[in-house]
Amino acid sequence: MNFDLTEERQMLQDTLRRFLRERYDTATRNQILDSATGMSAEIWEQLAELGVIGALFTEEQGGFGGKGFDIAVVFEELGRAGVVEPFLDTAVLAGGLVADLGNADQLAHVEDIIGGACQMAFAHGEPTSRYDLNRVQTSAKMDGDDIVLNGHKAVVVNAEAAHFLVVSARESGQPGEDAGISLFVVPADTKGVTIQGYALLAGGRAAEVMLDDVRLPASARLGKPGEAFAAIEARVAAANVAQCAETLGAMETATRLTKDYLMTRKQFGRPIGTFQALAHRMSDLLIELEQARSAVINAAGHLEAGRKPREINISAAKNLMGRAGRLVAEDSIQMHGGIAMTQEYELAHIAKRITMADHRFGDTDYHLERFIDFAAA
Amino acid sequence: MQDKVAGTDGDGLTKDDMERWHAILNAQGWLVPNWPKKFGGAEWNAVQRHIFEEEAAAANAPRIVPFGFGMLAPVLQKFGSKEQNDYWLPRMLNGDDWWCQGYSEPGAGSDLASLKTTAIKNEEGTHYIVNGQKTWTTLGQHANMIFCLVRTDKDVKQQEGISFLLIDMNTPGIEVRPIILLDGAHEVNEVWFTDVKVPVENLVGEENKGWTYAKYLLTHERTNIAGVGFSQAGLNTVKRLARAEMSNGKPLIKNPYFAARVAQVEIDLSAMSTTNLRIISKAAAGEAPGVEASMLKVKGTIIRQEINDLARRAAGAYAMPFASEAVEGSNAGLPDPLGAGPVAAKYFNNRKLSIFGGSNEIQRGIIAKVSMGG
Repeated sequence: MNFDLTEERQMLQDTLRRFLRERYDTATRNQILDSATGMSAEIWEQLAELGVIGALFTEEQGGFGGKGFDIAVVFEELGRAGVVEPFLDTAVLAGGLVADLGNADQLAHVEDIIGGACQMAFAHGEPTSRYDLNRVQTSAKMDGDDIVLNGHKAVVVNAEAAHFLVVSARESGQPGEDAGISLFVVPADTKGVTIQGYALLAGGRAAEVMLDDVRLPASARLGKPGEAFAAIEARVAAANVAQCAETLGAMETATRLTKDYLMTRKQFGRPIGTFQALAHRMSDLLIELEQARSAVINAAGHLEAGRKPREINISAAKNLMGRAGRLVAEDSIQMHGGIAMTQEYELAHIAKRITMADHRFGDTDYHLERFIDFAAA
Repeated sequence: MQDKVAGTDGDGLTKDDMERWHAILNAQGWLVPNWPKKFGGAEWNAVQRHIFEEEAAAANAPRIVPFGFGMLAPVLQKFGSKEQNDYWLPRMLNGDDWWCQGYSEPGAGSDLASLKTTAIKNEEGTHYIVNGQKTWTTLGQHANMIFCLVRTDKDVKQQEGISFLLIDMNTPGIEVRPIILLDGAHEVNEVWFTDVKVPVENLVGEENKGWTYAKYLLTHERTNIAGVGFSQAGLNTVKRLARAEMSNGKPLIKNPYFAARVAQVEIDLSAMSTTNLRIISKAAAGEAPGVEASMLKVKGTIIRQEINDLARRAAGAYAMPFASEAVEGSNAGLPDPLGAGPVAAKYFNNRKLSIFGGSNEIQRGIIAKVSMGG
């Protein structure tokens, strides 16, 4: 079997890795973390020029990739460098939903996204939904020819920078039901939209989005009324591939830094990596890293498959990344000692990226339960 | 103050808060329960001290900043001169001095005895001249005094050339630089010494015997290392969060996967707190703490860190905002529907528990060495 990347993907990986190594070092990234917007417009533009965003969309959508492995290649490199810019939110989630469901007018946004000129956010989670995708309480009611949205969207990543929010709302049914959920493309400056932003612990920014009698034309609806759930689930699956690959990249950095440190840091007159207690732990991390790499391949390879094989592999990957990621983040810090506890050391940020990935789209327990449900179905 | 301590181990307390708490306890006669009566202490035994610590943790009382009262004082009382005890101990009780600890160096962490900061006597024999760098100095930004391990003899076995010095932080040549931790907290510092003049009267005990005193101090640092009170308070927080957080339409605490994690750590904690009591009872009966202190350090930190992990898990997506008690103003206006507070920041900050005070790897080495007689 051949697990090599295609030539195009290999080129993308090489280009991206080189660019990020040269342009996105720890000091640059830590400046971005401290900035008011939590991202660099310059980096965004340059990465768009390199084709990073285009690689996340299919040819029919105006890109040149869009498959599971394209997403995985891009995000593994973003993860390796600890990139905090919201490619996941603008392109994979919100932009992806527009690309999947949009009519001709709406598809114009995708072109802007690929060109780097448009930011988006997916406003879906709510204060009591935890990780359940169908627990949408926000309401969408017809009023004449208009649609009126009311609700509270929680921890919406990239909401402040977004030109458009892709908002989920319920047109019928009850929270916890798949049927009845619709999506709407909402310009961020629409009357009734309030965005309360804040910084995130692992970088980037999010916001609470309040929708208070937000009046939209019916043309704002994305796809058919009440039938958006399947598209949401499929896009969140793509986001999970992206996030698992990102975590894999971050784990590669964590293990590299730890290996280097173990071989250079001397205590008791010798490199601490020569102590068997640490050497064996390092070996365990490397074993788990390969498990993680394979889990990402399984998930990416099934992204275009039917619902059951796709979701089983997504949940398997997310569960494994949650476990392996925690081990790698915690043990990398532990084996470094105090130095890894300091903000200016690369591992501190990388460990936070790895750990906080478990708080988006379902943690390791959520996906264990989901894996069992899908496997039994 | 209780509100500042609840769920955070008191990370948001200011210097004033901590000094006020010390003064309150001192007025009650509870500030230095470990000191002998002749020095003004309560002379409680290990069981009494344990009860006090448990109750204080359960009431969300601040912890006593240990560097002076719990760490330096026992060394002075055992090895210091009468003049030193008469001068420094009353000042400690009055809150005149804030002590910090100058042990670790960039190149001397787990291998503390390899420390390089030098103290060389001047020609007149009146002062030591200190040069070098200390690091991980907890709350050094508040301190006016530091007790240091310094090298006074380079030509002997590492452990035999170390001395124990008391240094006024306001002496020319000392610079304190903050170290910002991964959760944004400023609780540790680097302390740099350039030709710092320290009067010879500030040597504790004998020259080159500092390692013996340091080891004595470390046995004191390791009391209450199990942190049972912290764990109990943390577990209560986890349960409160999991009752409020909804998962699939039900409280998270009813979710069997989450409930199993909570139960597991609760079972471990209940056994460890009995282990802790067994060891404390032995100590109260006069037996010296041995390898058990190391065992409690390892198990206690594993349990505390697991509880921190559960708290961040419980908060779901709301663990993501950059909330930190340690960063002033960072919590203002942040969404926190569960009242979870900075659970993720706390999780990251408490990775330190298994690193400082002798890392868990060092503790395991001690356990193996002692129990296998190697």
